[in-house]
Amino acid sequence: MVALIKLKNVFVKFNHRYILSNISFTLTANRIFTFIGPNGAGKSTLIRIILGLLKPYSGKIVRKKNLNIGYVPQKLYFNTSIPITVNHFMKLSQGVKNCSIINSLKRVNAIHLKDLYLEQLSGGEMQRMLLARALLKSPELLVLDEFTQGIDTEGQIVLYELINQIRYELHCAIVIVSHDLNLVMAKTDEVLCLNNHICCSGTPESVYKNAEFIAMFGYMGTKEFAVYRHEHNHRHDF
Amino acid sequence: MIELFFLGWLAGILLTLVTGPLGSFIVWRRMSAFGDTLSHSSLLGLSVGVVLNINPFYTVLFLLLFISSIIIFLEYISCLALDTILGIITYSTLSLGMITVSFMSEIKKMSITNYFFGDLLTITFSDLIIIILLIIVVLFILIWYWKKMLLLTINAELAKVDGVNITKIRLIFILITAVTISVSIKFIGSLVIAALLVIPAATSQRFASSPENMACISILIGILGVTSGMLVSYFFHTPSSPSIVLFLSCFFLLSYFKKIH
Repeated sequence: MVALIKLKNVFVKFNHRYILSNISFTLTANRIFTFIGPNGAGKSTLIRIILGLLKPYSGKIVRKKNLNIGYVPQKLYFNTSIPITVNHFMKLSQGVKNCSIINSLKRVNAIHLKDLYLEQLSGGEMQRMLLARALLKSPELLVLDEFTQGIDTEGQIVLYELINQIRYELHCAIVIVSHDLNLVMAKTDEVLCLNNHICCSGTPESVYKNAEFIAMFGYMGTKEFAVYRHEHNHRHDF
Repeated sequence: MIELFFLGWLAGILLTLVTGPLGSFIVWRRMSAFGDTLSHSSLLGLSVGVVLNINPFYTVLFLLLFISSIIIFLEYISCLALDTILGIITYSTLSLGMITVSFMSEIKKMSITNYFFGDLLTITFSDLIIIILLIIVVLFILIWYWKKMLLLTINAELAKVDGVNITKIRLIFILITAVTISVSIKFIGSLVIAALLVIPAATSQRFASSPENMACISILIGILGVTSGMLVSYFFHTPSSPSIVLFLSCFFLLSYFKKIH
């Protein structure tokens, strides 16, 4: 399995506090990773470390050379005062052809957004558009930050199906950062539970036989969601 | 008399070719306070130049480039908000400049007053050459880095992940702003130069269909403002730069009468 990024004993300090302590894990190709954790757990900080936006206080990070990364950030930090359409925005990437943009938008079911201005997009539409943009460079690693925030369960089911297809098409590693502590994408290969350090990690448990789950989310839901059982050997006092 | 006005008008028009696109970025990046800081600090550059008998054009340019670098550095190392840093620098350099001026002779003090209002009517041919040089350099840089600057403005982290060197682009942007302001100050005056950057761009924002479109409309509005201001200045003997800025403000107000979907 091709190791794309390897973190070894990474510590991140900010304002004399350790935001991340002793983080070690490996991201490999063709696998889906989900990071979960409460607010303030350092999920966004960990993403920034992976993306190279932040340098760790100590520890080692080994990256594959010239790693092609596609990033879908949270929608909050976008400056939409520039009058720019989705099409124009996607053209800002290096050497992109018109047909690739159209294909990418069709792939994520966002072709109807092509001529809308960035400030006209809703949160969910912005996420889809950013995913289409990230796919333009055929990334080896796709990082999705709080990708399903504010989207209902039906919407999440559709998105998870899409992400899984992308994994098989591009053979890329996919990192999903989620705010949900218990329900994760069913096809996740590895879940990392984070609370300033790695509390636990493992695979999710499938729920396709769980009658109550089927009653709540429908049969499609059982294919796309899974319950993650935390195994903590310690306690946190909040 | 009319030749002076023509040269002044020409200089103003040429400057709008730069202040249009650059001003668009300043409005998008919410940096008009920065433009203000540079204009106020320029008094220090001017007074030092006059006292030391060096051509003030170069002392102002050097000082503004120096202050821009200090601002970036302070923003990086301190936990103060940018506008706090700008406030501190604006008034300390301005005060130092005012004290330097107070030690000058009366004759030299006169040239300082001219500098506040600018003098589009004392343009010489060599001044025009400098302006044209400015336009070529700044426009070239803006066009070369246009896509990267747009990406950086929309979301800096996305730009960085996509391989944009955000520190370099930010620095380049601030330096061309400093250069543009220091060249324009001689003609437009330090009090209102920031207006020439901000008002046309703010007006065009409501009508623009794309970033390039907004840059072009800002240039057109600037040209209209310079022309109207110079005409009023010719016929009614008002100072040229404030007249230009007043017309730009009127255009901004008028733009609100046009309904946008």
